[in-house]
Amino acid sequence: MNTLTLTQDFPGPGAVDRKPPAALAEPVTDSIKDKTMQKSSAPAVGETATPFAETLRNLFRSALPPVLGLFLLIGIWHVATQSGGAIPSPGTVWDAAVVLFSDPFYNNGPNDQGIGWNVLSSLQRVGIGFGIAALVGIPLGFMIGRFKFLSDMLNPIISLLRPVSPLAWLPIGLLVFKKADPAATWTIFICSIWPMIINTAVGVQRVPQDYLNVARVLALSEWKVITKILFPAVLPYMLTGIRLSIGTAWLVIVAAEMLTGGVGIGFWVWDEWNNLKVEHIIIAIFIIGIVGLILEQALILLARKLTKEAA
Amino acid sequence: MEKFVQIEKVGQTFDTKKGKFIALRDIDLSLKKGEFVALIGHSGCGKSTLLNLIAGLTKPTTGALICDGREIAGPGPERAVVFQNHSLLPWLTCFENIYLAVERVFSGKEGKAKLKARTQAAIEMVGLAHAAYKYPHEISGGMKQRVGIARALSMEPKVLLMDEPFGALDALTRAKLQDELMKICDKTQSTVVMVTHDVDEAVLLSDRIVMMTNGPAATIGEILDVNLPRPRDRLVLAHDPAYIDCRARVLEFLYEKQAHVEKMAA
Ligand SMILES: Nc1ncnc2c1ncn2[C@@H]1O[C@H](COP(=O)(O)OP(=O)(O)OP(=O)(O)O)[C@@H](O)[C@H]1O
Ligand SMILES: [Mg+2]
Repeated sequence: MNTLTLTQDFPGPGAVDRKPPAALAEPVTDSIKDKTMQKSSAPAVGETATPFAETLRNLFRSALPPVLGLFLLIGIWHVATQSGGAIPSPGTVWDAAVVLFSDPFYNNGPNDQGIGWNVLSSLQRVGIGFGIAALVGIPLGFMIGRFKFLSDMLNPIISLLRPVSPLAWLPIGLLVFKKADPAATWTIFICSIWPMIINTAVGVQRVPQDYLNVARVLALSEWKVITKILFPAVLPYMLTGIRLSIGTAWLVIVAAEMLTGGVGIGFWVWDEWNNLKVEHIIIAIFIIGIVGLILEQALILLARKLTKEAA
Repeated sequence: MEKFVQIEKVGQTFDTKKGKFIALRDIDLSLKKGEFVALIGHSGCGKSTLLNLIAGLTKPTTGALICDGREIAGPGPERAVVFQNHSLLPWLTCFENIYLAVERVFSGKEGKAKLKARTQAAIEMVGLAHAAYKYPHEISGGMKQRVGIARALSMEPKVLLMDEPFGALDALTRAKLQDELMKICDKTQSTVVMVTHDVDEAVLLSDRIVMMTNGPAATIGEILDVNLPRPRDRLVLAHDPAYIDCRARVLEFLYEKQAHVEKMAA
């Protein structure tokens, strides 16, 4: 039945959006009817080649493979959990998710808060740790890229510390800050700062000599060199650093919160494991993935916008 | 007239992986104020190297360079450079590229409005008023080169250094810009050093043509005085015996006396 679904189905995102993936098993018949109708009408409109039909068709074409992949994943998951076992089926998870998201912002004291609060407080930690890392790392990267002495001085230290798992720094954070929350933020700071320093420094070192010659002939002040030449030239590298940092930070926060406790998606996962609510853990995996995806895409969008303005 | 730029016993050696590479040796040359000098020679002989030395972008291994009575210690806006590859900043519009230079040179003495007017004048001078707010990647190669020239000229430099400024242009644009450059130089009386491959260009524009021997260890082979009256008109000159003679002598130097480089390279 799944193969039938895969070949005949999904002519467009509109139809797919309406049918939640978890409902694939039972109400498939009516969804097929629904979609075949759309499918047969789409090319007819396309032949008249109005721009609207054209964009609709392009949308179909670009949405089809990813949607197919998603359904394949859920299909395999469904089949694999049919025979029972510890892993809940897509349907069970869906039902749990509906309940969970019906009230994402409840607050029953520090150890029992809605999923929304958990995600937000994780995001807040990432934001603060990452923000401080950017404030420190980007200027430091600039200086390392610009002054050879500084780069010779700091490169060995960076090479030594960079491969260390940021979680190894967690006890130091606990020791210094005496509290779990700033300690988690501290690990985020540590893991975010390396890509930022390194990418910024590489960007500065790769600024074309031609541009620097222009600066030298004009005898621009250091401030002008930084704002008019270095910063725009380094911006794409810096944005790559930021993207890598955010990615790692989001990976690390889950692990850090598992260790520190409190409110946060990582802690929530651990808590649900202790409560043996496996479907919640699966929901958490999806949430973490989706938030990570959104962060990444937002930064790609930002990078495109900024570099387009600069180019 | 007194010597404005003096190049004395200058040599340039580069450290390469294969050991020392002597690019230039024993360069002796002095320029008068307001003089237009063309540097000509086969590719790779060291023309850009010499120009960079005058600009102060590199330091000579031996000898000394003096400009306006002072040793050239580094680059500066009084010696503006038109780079071989235009070197406009891609994130600034044409206007902003020029404004950056204008601002650097004149902002001490003049207000913003005056600076903007200067920039506008420079961009109009090279006929690009319509492209002022375009970015370098939105304009043609010839237009970029013109912005580069406008940027250099807008600084009212004591010495204008140009490294094959018209090298990448088609014949028509090139001729037009050469005429413009002659007019501008006539008006501003700038001292110019221009690197070129083009014999006609050298003869048409310059007061003297400095011909360089082939590298490695290149030096000045001959210096030819071009005693043609100004203003010069390329169409009239085409039949002028003095012009034809100058041209012949440069060609003779390049293709008879310094011909062996072509064989070596081939
Ligand atoms: N930084 C450097 N290190 C080593 N060798 C160099 C360096 N710069 C130039 N050279 C060498 O010096 C010689 C002269 O180079 P230069 O660029 O001055 O030639 P050019 O006359 O300007 O050539 P073209 O007409 O092709 O621009 C060349 O053989 C080049 O390989
Ligand atoms: Mg050159």
